[in-house]
Amino acid sequence: MKKASVLMILGPLLLLGLYVFPLWNIMLGAPQYPDPLGMNIHIDGIRGVGEFDIQNIDGLNHYIGMRTLPKDDEMWEFSTFPLIIGAMVALGVLIGLLGYFGKVNYKWFLGWFILMSVLGVLGMYDFNAWMVDYGTNLDPNAIMKLTHPDGTPMTYKPPLLGHVKMLNFDVTSLPATGAWMMFAGMTLTLVAAWLGWKTTRPGAAPEAVVA
Amino acid sequence: MKRFQLTIATALSGFALLLTGCNQGGGTASNGALASSAAEKVYVAPGEQDEFYAFLSGGYSGNLTVYGLPSGRMFKEIPVFSQFPTSGYGYSEETVPMLNTSHGFVPWDDAHHPDISQTNGELDGRWIFINGNNTPRIARISLSTFETEEIIEVPNSAGNHSSSFITENTEYVVAGTRFSVPVPQRDMPINEYKGNFKGALTFISVAPEHGHMDIKFQLLMPGFNYDLSHPGRGKSHGWFFFTTYNTEEANSLMEVNSSQNDKDFIAAVNWKKIEEYVNNGGGTKMPANYAHNLYDEGTHMATSTMKKEVLTVDPTKVPGAVFFLPTPKSPHGCDVDPSGEYIIGNGKLSADLTVHSFDKMIAAIEGQKFDGEAYGIPILKFEDVLAGTVQSSGLGPLHTEFDGQGNAYTTFFISSEVVKWKLGTWEVVDRKPTFYSVGHLMIPGGNSRKPFGKYVVAMNKITKDRYLPTGPEMEHSAQLYDISGEKMELLYDFPTHGEPHYAAGCPASLLTANSKKFYKLAENNHPYVTKSVADARVERKGNEVHIYMATIRSHFTPDNIEGVKVGDKVFFHVTNHEQDFDVPHGFAQLGANTSEILIMPGQTKTIVWEPKQVGVWPFYCTDFCSALHQEMQGYVRVSPANSNIELSWSLGE
Repeated sequence: MKKASVLMILGPLLLLGLYVFPLWNIMLGAPQYPDPLGMNIHIDGIRGVGEFDIQNIDGLNHYIGMRTLPKDDEMWEFSTFPLIIGAMVALGVLIGLLGYFGKVNYKWFLGWFILMSVLGVLGMYDFNAWMVDYGTNLDPNAIMKLTHPDGTPMTYKPPLLGHVKMLNFDVTSLPATGAWMMFAGMTLTLVAAWLGWKTTRPGAAPEAVVA
Repeated sequence: MKRFQLTIATALSGFALLLTGCNQGGGTASNGALASSAAEKVYVAPGEQDEFYAFLSGGYSGNLTVYGLPSGRMFKEIPVFSQFPTSGYGYSEETVPMLNTSHGFVPWDDAHHPDISQTNGELDGRWIFINGNNTPRIARISLSTFETEEIIEVPNSAGNHSSSFITENTEYVVAGTRFSVPVPQRDMPINEYKGNFKGALTFISVAPEHGHMDIKFQLLMPGFNYDLSHPGRGKSHGWFFFTTYNTEEANSLMEVNSSQNDKDFIAAVNWKKIEEYVNNGGGTKMPANYAHNLYDEGTHMATSTMKKEVLTVDPTKVPGAVFFLPTPKSPHGCDVDPSGEYIIGNGKLSADLTVHSFDKMIAAIEGQKFDGEAYGIPILKFEDVLAGTVQSSGLGPLHTEFDGQGNAYTTFFISSEVVKWKLGTWEVVDRKPTFYSVGHLMIPGGNSRKPFGKYVVAMNKITKDRYLPTGPEMEHSAQLYDISGEKMELLYDFPTHGEPHYAAGCPASLLTANSKKFYKLAENNHPYVTKSVADARVERKGNEVHIYMATIRSHFTPDNIEGVKVGDKVFFHVTNHEQDFDVPHGFAQLGANTSEILIMPGQTKTIVWEPKQVGVWPFYCTDFCSALHQEMQGYVRVSPANSNIELSWSLGE
């Protein structure tokens, strides 16, 4: 259980990477953009991959009536997400410590993982909802109003995951370093729960032997 | 696309066959037929880039052109000494001061010899220098922005031709006079030239941190014609060598009268000795008047300052600093091999090439073995300094470059060929015809301690039938030879702009990483910048109207302006708000007696319009910037001089 608890402490700490590294990355490449434009989505705001990428993405998007990308203070998520992540890290480390001293069992570990997964899914849902709004809620006076062959208006929601072709742009959306650290951290807590279960279930070998 | 490429390849192969057909007795490449086809060697596939940059002077275009090798494709014309309506250089308020001289605004020059800055005798790719021949000037061009940053006028000089060559750590850029003149200038009979005119050799210091130029001293030499020059390098670093002609000091019918002496001189100047003399207070300060024009990348503006004094040095006052090396037949090019040992005098009226030895020269100087003197300057004995002669190598040698493998390549104008010969043994290895009458040639780095001996470019003076005819006037022609083998192989012809007199080349990798993509708007310190559209405005100061205008795809802010009157002087200060690579905006106003301006991202440029007619006059973006480029336009309402319409401006109202 001590080993499981150490993993349970380490796992949530990996989420601290989200304060430094981007959660998600969206790249936009086109023939006339041999160096693609890109944005990194951090938990506290959207940053350009290149110094002026945000300005240039906004410049392109204004033709098709998309709003400018939100500034840090224009979305509640960018002030709330850092607090939630901080709280989850603190909670996870606390559970790990309590587990180390035998105060709680592996079910708490699993509980943290489930809570984090639910929050993660909610976050993705929220992110996707924003992208739907951003890509479809277009300025009625847009310079270029494009339609699909069937006559329906074209919309520009970036993919949540993977690649789509959008007009002349290839848009690729993938988790970035911060997300990979989060996934690794969450996996560690799941491993911690499993180890905890294995070492404390009835009939398990005494911990000293396992260690 | 594939089919298109195939077509090009086929066309090029056919072209190469034609070239091979013209290759009179030069022999074919010794390598396998397919692997070494000339077409493949010069073909740079779509999307791929050239291996070398080549900077060809524009001669009477006054500018510098940038090419790629081996493709021969032209990438840019950099305006230097000439007005350039394409970008507004020399028209915009910011750049007019660049062309200021002691004779006032001079919109043109004859640009001759580019030279890339060096460190320890190797190309360092910071700047390229070039001389203006007619109104003596030296320009420095940034190899980050590929724009002219500085021009300094050279006083007491005329026909600034033995220029602009740099010492091996870019300590100095050197400018010699081709035409000797009275110094200082004065009203005197022309036929009193002999003994009275002077030839100024000017050493211009280059500040290592930003390249700013300043005349350190002028050596006032006897009134010969100082034709070309090159620095010593390696062991001869600290010396500079100048060819001379007209040591007869004739002042009329020069083609005969200055060709009488069997030998003219190469002047060897120990500039380190003179520098020391000057640093110790030597030399005479002389009143002068010359312009120093400096462009500031931060303000995007040039300023012109008139300088009033120059330090002159009498060579006879610095013993051991200047010597004459007799050299046959009005030598033209003066070239120093990569080791610094050999100084080549290309005697243009001769069939032979004369090569002097630096070691022998030093020994002769130390042995005091002089053969008289000219105006107090010791003349060394020809036999004492001669390293060797390249015999009957051709007719009319002009210039020599080096491949770093112990070979030299000399152009022969009269016999129209490039001749390859070996340093030390002086034997001719190969010769190939040029089409036609070659002047300069260039091997990237061929004038440094470390040449990149893969290609030589021959710059020909006569084109005639090389291309489709275009009437009496046509562009000059350059030819590219592969020199990686024992024998040279003619690969390609390409037209050049103006008349290239010399070129400088370097590996592309030396420059590509530093090439600026755009200017940062946040760092724009132009006094009339419009940093945010909220600052876009129109201000009146008497009859001056200043329009602070911003551009971004695809509109001007403001785009409707009223309250301008006939007799006003309207300044359009246009700032490009784009912050992306290769998104310039242009600006042109109907009725303005000037050029357009082409404004790079983050930059501010200004043109002036003095409206003479009442009306509503449009302006527009001249660079196809975006899908809405055609919509990028605006209007200025011009009212009668006595109108009381208030100034107003707007966008989207």
